[in-house]
Amino acid sequence: MRLERLTLLEELLNARGVSGDEGEIRKLIGELCAKRGARTITDALGNIIAYKEKPGAKRVMLDAHMDEVGFLITGADANGTLKYQPVGGIDPRVVISKRVEIGKDRVPGVIGVKPIHISTKDDMENALKHKDLRIDIGAKDAAEAERFCPAGSYASFVSPPTRFGEERIVSRALDDRVGCLALLAALESDLPVDLICAFTAQEEVGLRGALVAAKRIRPDIGIALEGTTCNDLGDVSSEKQVVALGKGVAISFMDNSSIAHPKLRAALTDCAEVNGIAHQIKRGVAGGNDAGAIQRAYSGCPTATLSVPCRYIHSANSVANLSDIESQSELVIAFLRDFAQYEGRIFE
Amino acid sequence: MMLDTLRTVLAVPGVSGSEQIIAETLAELVRPYVDDIRTDALGNLICVKKGAADGKRVMVCAHMDQIGYVVTDIDKDGFLYVHNVGGFGPQAFLGKVVTFANGTQGVVYAKSVKDGAKLGMGDVYIDIGASSKQEAEEKISIGDTANVAFQMVVHGDRVSAPTMDDRAACAVVIELLKALQPPHHTVIAVFSAQEEVGTRGAQTAAAAENPDIGIAVDVTATGDTPGAEPRMAVKLGAGPAVKIMDRHSISTPSVRDGLIAAAKAAGVPYQREVLTFGGTDAGAIQRTLGGIPAGTLSIPCRYVHTPVETVSLRDMEQSATLLAEYLKA
Repeated sequence: MRLERLTLLEELLNARGVSGDEGEIRKLIGELCAKRGARTITDALGNIIAYKEKPGAKRVMLDAHMDEVGFLITGADANGTLKYQPVGGIDPRVVISKRVEIGKDRVPGVIGVKPIHISTKDDMENALKHKDLRIDIGAKDAAEAERFCPAGSYASFVSPPTRFGEERIVSRALDDRVGCLALLAALESDLPVDLICAFTAQEEVGLRGALVAAKRIRPDIGIALEGTTCNDLGDVSSEKQVVALGKGVAISFMDNSSIAHPKLRAALTDCAEVNGIAHQIKRGVAGGNDAGAIQRAYSGCPTATLSVPCRYIHSANSVANLSDIESQSELVIAFLRDFAQYEGRIFE
Repeated sequence: MMLDTLRTVLAVPGVSGSEQIIAETLAELVRPYVDDIRTDALGNLICVKKGAADGKRVMVCAHMDQIGYVVTDIDKDGFLYVHNVGGFGPQAFLGKVVTFANGTQGVVYAKSVKDGAKLGMGDVYIDIGASSKQEAEEKISIGDTANVAFQMVVHGDRVSAPTMDDRAACAVVIELLKALQPPHHTVIAVFSAQEEVGTRGAQTAAAAENPDIGIAVDVTATGDTPGAEPRMAVKLGAGPAVKIMDRHSISTPSVRDGLIAAAKAAGVPYQREVLTFGGTDAGAIQRTLGGIPAGTLSIPCRYVHTPVETVSLRDMEQSATLLAEYLKA
């Protein structure tokens, strides 16, 4: 990966944007879109939509959600620790002893648990739930805690992007800042389609941003660029791994939110093969993404999903391969560059 | 006639998302009786039969997709790992023969699990007689779908087969289109795609057509078998059921009452249906755009989502008669 792109990815990862609180990442993306000569609008849900218009050409909606999983503060206990709700799907087992930062002022916090010395056998054998956990911000009582972090404040993991091995990166929010990077790459290219890039809000709480974005855009085709589950370690049998790190962009046939349009999926697969872009089939149907909302907005349109495998997704430290991130961008750009070749068979 | 039509539409594959073949079959069957046919991005087959200028536009929707398996992986010995498409458990089709769209047949089995209740869909596999991954891949790719093989038992009036849900309704709509000549109301017959994965096709078809009224035709459970749970008043062979409500929609009263009035006018028996689980395309149609009055006419069906879904031909014929009456007035 070129340094320039890696730096851009790190910039995207450093900005925060828990679902419903996407202001910081939205501001950054707005600036990056403007630099690429795209007209942008921000809608009521907080989506930012970037246009590179080619009137008369097919209207292609590329989608990446800019929001990430995190936490919402719901109040303080008398001892000054904060109660919270997860925003999006977070396994309570992965939050323990993690640093978080809360609100605009990035108040530091830690999700603590009682030490091993006084934990009972029962404690050790049973996973804690979010309702049992608290965020400690060093406040001495509820009043102090509420002064710094009133109920309704958002919190996110503290885990800045870090180069990891020769070709990997570890960070929070790889899901789905990798997709945002692919959209920015598409905006840099001159593509023969009426291109609309939607950086959506509130995906992690139910594909909410994409639904209204698609209704505004009314695309002829929608492609979701995502980060997806990767369970390729240990003695996991092939059928449970879903995808493997480093084996290329994953093409989905189906998940909980949509079934990929068969002809669009076939065209994307052919495009990857013709252009020698590393790709793999996503071997699982768990999860869902914005394609489900785009596919069914108004009278519907063909959709597909291209994903970057992310180990430890929805945690403070997810891991992706830089080459997979590149394959995702390369495939979507090659497909739209050669769109005339595929258009006929998708819409026949 | 109803039995012949039913047999034709039951024998064709069309797992949710892979409806091309059943859509082609249905298009051939209805072409002589409609004015316009098209498909859309979701895979719906939308057929329009024009009515009088002062008639309403009524969407009559029967889903053509069926539950089945999708291949998620192929192991080194040529076994196909699968996930369910639509709602059914890991036990549902063990020991059954399944067919893929390209004609490949397989048998469904599961890894040996001591406690059967703990069996998960991840333990279920399909054996297509291949002895290696390579041999399996010559016939099947990841993402291909399979459904329980067609096998029909005609007991007399009652008929058992897989995929009565919702091909029985497809057959009713075909017979309805044949009988209407011409209807007072414009009929938008939608053979919807992807109902079993969340009434997805009906949603986009309704948005595209924006009908005045939507009627889903679907099967419903019955309460007339030994130990049937939950309690339910609908019986097989006692006539079409006019849905009052299910988990996905409360039928719009004017549509519900219109269907009941049509039953009375046509002199066919009807049942009032309250289903405490499940839903139909009516739920999706009703909440499309600014809201569309919608209801469901149900065909009573025993053993839904099993290989032996059982319906009554007379219930089906009466359903077509009732709908023809509704569309006439």
